[in-house]
Amino acid sequence: MRVGLFVTCFNDTLFPQVGRATVSVLERLGVRVEFPEAQTCCGQMHFNSGYRPECVPLVRRFADVFAGYEAVVTPSASCAAMVRHYHHVVDPAVAVPKVYELCEYLIDVLNVTDVGAHFPHTVAFHATCHSQRLLHIGDRPRRLLEAVDGLDLRPLAHPAECCGFGGTFSVKNPDTSTAMGIDKVADIRGTGAEVLASADTSCLMHIGGLMSRQGNPMRILHLAEILAATK
Amino acid sequence: MSHPTFLGMPPFPEAAKEALANTQQRANLAKATATIRDKRARAVAEMPDWEHLRLAGAAVKDTVLTRLPELLEQLEERVTAAGGVVHWAADAAQANAIVADIVKAHDGREVVKVKSMATQEIELNNALAAHGIDVWETDLAELIVQLGHDLPSHILVPAIHRNRSEIRDIFVEEMGKVGRPAPDGIGDEPAALAEAARLHLREKFLRAKVAVSGGNFAIAETGTVVVLESEGNGRMCLTLPQVLVTVLGIEKLLPTWADLEVFMQLLPRSSTAERMNPYTSMWTGVTPGDGPQEFHLVLLDNGRTGTLADPTGRQALRCIRCSACLNVCPVYERTGGRAYGSAYPGPIGAILTPQLRGINQHPVDAQTASLPFASSLCGACFEVCPVRIDIPDVLVHLRAKVVEHKRGHLGTEGAVMAAMRATFTSPRRLGAAQRLGALGARVVGRRGRLRLRGPFWIRAWFGTRDLPAPPGQSFRAWWRKQHDRS
Repeated sequence: MRVGLFVTCFNDTLFPQVGRATVSVLERLGVRVEFPEAQTCCGQMHFNSGYRPECVPLVRRFADVFAGYEAVVTPSASCAAMVRHYHHVVDPAVAVPKVYELCEYLIDVLNVTDVGAHFPHTVAFHATCHSQRLLHIGDRPRRLLEAVDGLDLRPLAHPAECCGFGGTFSVKNPDTSTAMGIDKVADIRGTGAEVLASADTSCLMHIGGLMSRQGNPMRILHLAEILAATK
Repeated sequence: MSHPTFLGMPPFPEAAKEALANTQQRANLAKATATIRDKRARAVAEMPDWEHLRLAGAAVKDTVLTRLPELLEQLEERVTAAGGVVHWAADAAQANAIVADIVKAHDGREVVKVKSMATQEIELNNALAAHGIDVWETDLAELIVQLGHDLPSHILVPAIHRNRSEIRDIFVEEMGKVGRPAPDGIGDEPAALAEAARLHLREKFLRAKVAVSGGNFAIAETGTVVVLESEGNGRMCLTLPQVLVTVLGIEKLLPTWADLEVFMQLLPRSSTAERMNPYTSMWTGVTPGDGPQEFHLVLLDNGRTGTLADPTGRQALRCIRCSACLNVCPVYERTGGRAYGSAYPGPIGAILTPQLRGINQHPVDAQTASLPFASSLCGACFEVCPVRIDIPDVLVHLRAKVVEHKRGHLGTEGAVMAAMRATFTSPRRLGAAQRLGALGARVVGRRGRLRLRGPFWIRAWFGTRDLPAPPGQSFRAWWRKQHDRS
């Protein structure tokens, strides 16, 4: 199967280790990963902020770049949701490539829950809104994490609640965004976990930014980085 | 008695900032929304066919919107045949004038009111006060809001931002100024507060000649108006006075009695988390010798046909005012309802208010334009909506309208968006930007995290958050290096 990695502009620029971890997990499972270098951005920021015309070339570029791949895998639930739910809204004529969020690809396509990872730490997992309510990936992240050797998963008290990032919401409504984030931070700290993980780096950047400003940063990893870890 | 107004409120981010600083209100809201949220979840979980009911509710409402002109004419004909009088109001001013004229024609110096969102929307109380007419809210929470010279902050529980000791203080201070005072030495037990309200309202129920209500549904095939409430105050208003005036949004129709079945299941469980609604009043025109002997139905447009014209936005007109979306909204939970600057707060308000104010037809004021952005797009509202209004979809749709109206005046934001589009349409420019970012980060980075000052967006992020410094090597640079070598 020809698999194209959509690393996302966000991970590409700010969190390249997430892309490297995704490649590492997929290759360990025998997948041949290609990275089409013409890729850029799914257009989510423009779309969600109301900049529709600016979004159109990004949506068309995405379709062109990933045409011919049987599967596109991305380590971002919100970007996967953007492609799956909204690319045809932006341009009804576009042929939307088949995109999988990493957990979906591992469990639904490769039929794997134990990816052979070893990570002897306590972990709190933040189930992001778009992963749950747009993609409906459900308990897939939990199943993957529970199969990791040595990992101790600590549940949040309010797992379904938004962290307050919301893309440009975080800067257009900074006070409300921060109030939501502070509550999420308290919930995460309440788990006593050493590590915070999620399937979206964007939410993690917001939560981590708040923790860092509180002077009490926490080790924060994308789910792919945990799945890539071995003995 | 003074009547506060939503007019002239600041845009959402400013209003929210002020609300967030009110720690008492935040505590009250967090407690109340968590309670009602959990109760609703339990009430809905009992229903094996809930998802089918939601689909049915949405379908019936969409049918109404498609057939609106003929159904409205049918309703008018049936209400008139049953002895009622139907009035058509294009906007708030017309509706208010119609109601004021009816009250004055009966030498009315006062009216008792059933809780009603349509009359909140048109600020009827203020309009009647300008004619020297006293308006008495009879719903307990509306009474608390009115006595407190306050604005409602929730569709269903308008005094949700108040706790019981605040309510006691309002009763002690204000009741005596407008009628029977609160009993001496009253405590803040719910039963004592309810009894004080009951005694205070009783004399108004018995005295008033005119009542004003809204309506939850109106059945076109029979001309029957339906009001759901929980306290019995509505039943008092709808049966005791001689004259009844109902202000009804034109989207509140149902084609047939049979359609009501769906909503009598959806609405109570979604709003109060009850299996069955406590007081359901239904009346068809006038019944000689029983109840009000004069009935006026004011059909209110006030931006609804403009909303109907928008294929994506019109689903907001399915709303049955249950407020489930408010109770699950993480933004509403923290800011409360008044920050939305409208009778319709929360997620539904963020999509309904801008449309009723004409965003589909023309540019709107800054406060209205801020509402579609008052959401993190978390999607919790859509999950609970009993008529499946895809609120996040409509929010994003309305954001595009705001941007479209502001083209040419988008300022820094527009420039950033244009620059990002230019960067993202060229992998080469993206690579260059990444290398520049990495270089810049080495200059300003502090222990791997950035703290910057700059224009609004930068300050908005860095006011409360750090940012990791961009890495020395982007993913695409790493990939190229790997694959050049191999």
